[in-house]
Amino acid sequence: MTEQEKHLQDLKEIRSLMEKSSKFISLSGLSGIITGVVALAGAVLAYSRLQAYWMRSDSGRFNEYSSFIHTAIPERMGWSNLVFELVLIACGVLAISVGVSVYLTVKQAKKNGQSIWDKSSQMLLINMMIPLVSGGVFALILIKQDLFGLVAPVTLIFYGLALINASKYTLHDIRYLGIAQLVLGLMNAASIGYGLFYWGIGFGVFHIIYGTVMYLKYERKS
Amino acid sequence: MKGIIAHLNKAFENRIRLGIMSVLLVNDEVEFNRMKELLDVSDGNLASHISALEKEEYVLVKKQFVGKKPNTTYKVTKLGKKAFADHLTALENLLKKK
Repeated sequence: MTEQEKHLQDLKEIRSLMEKSSKFISLSGLSGIITGVVALAGAVLAYSRLQAYWMRSDSGRFNEYSSFIHTAIPERMGWSNLVFELVLIACGVLAISVGVSVYLTVKQAKKNGQSIWDKSSQMLLINMMIPLVSGGVFALILIKQDLFGLVAPVTLIFYGLALINASKYTLHDIRYLGIAQLVLGLMNAASIGYGLFYWGIGFGVFHIIYGTVMYLKYERKS
Repeated sequence: MKGIIAHLNKAFENRIRLGIMSVLLVNDEVEFNRMKELLDVSDGNLASHISALEKEEYVLVKKQFVGKKPNTTYKVTKLGKKAFADHLTALENLLKKK
C-alpha cells in the first residue's frame, strides 16, 4: 500500500467510525413500504366504516361529515361505536407498523453488524418519542373533546416534528420525510374535514415513497 | 514536502488511536465497552492506546463505580480536538498535493 492509499484508507475509516458511533443507520426501507401499505389499507377500511355510518344516519350525504367535524356533536345512533371502530383501526395499523418496523430493523442491524440497543439507537428512540408521545396524548385529548377534525393534522404535524428531531441520530434522509409530513399536516389543518385523505397520503403514500427510496439507496446494493 | 509531513501528528499514526479520536469527536462521552465494540479491539490493546493519548492530554479518562462495577468513560479534551483537527487538515493537504 502506498503512503497515499494509507492516508485515504485512514480518512475513510475515520468517517465511518464517526457515523457508526453517533448514528443509528440500520432503519429498514422495506418496513417503510409495508407500513405505508398497511396505513393505506387502514384508511380504506376507516373510510368504509364512515360511509356505513353515513348510510345508517339516514342523511347519507357527504357534507354531513363536515358538519360534525368541527365541534361537539350530539350523540346519535352508532356514533360512539363508530369512534370506537376508528380508534381500533388506528391502533391496529399502529401495532402492525411498529411490529414490522422493529422486526425488520433488528434484522437489518444484524446484517450491518450494528447492535440494536446501544447509545445511538437509544438517542434516536428518545428524541423521536418526545414529540411523538406529546402528539399522541394531544390527539387523545382532542378525541375526548370531540374535536375530531383536528386529530389528523395534529398527528401529522407531531409525527413530522418527531422525524425531524430524530434525523440527527440516524440517516439524514428521514428529515425530508419529516418536513413533508409537517407541511401536509399544516395543509390539513387549513382544510379540516379531509383528515382521512391527508392521513392516507402522509402515513400511506409518503411512507411507501420514502421506503422505496431508502431501499434502493441503502439495502439493495448490500 | 517535508514541511507538510511535519504537520502529521505522531500520536495519531496508529489506526486504533485514529479510531478512538474519531469516536470521541462526535460523542460527548464514551464507555470502555462501547469503544471496544466500535473499534473491535482487545481490552489490553485499547487500554494501552488510550493511555498513550491520555499522556498527550488529548483524552480525559474518568473512572467511577456504577453500583459495584467499575465504569470507565472517555472524553476528548480541547487540546485533543485541536490536535486531531490539525492532523486531519495535514492529511487532506498531503492528499491534495500529490
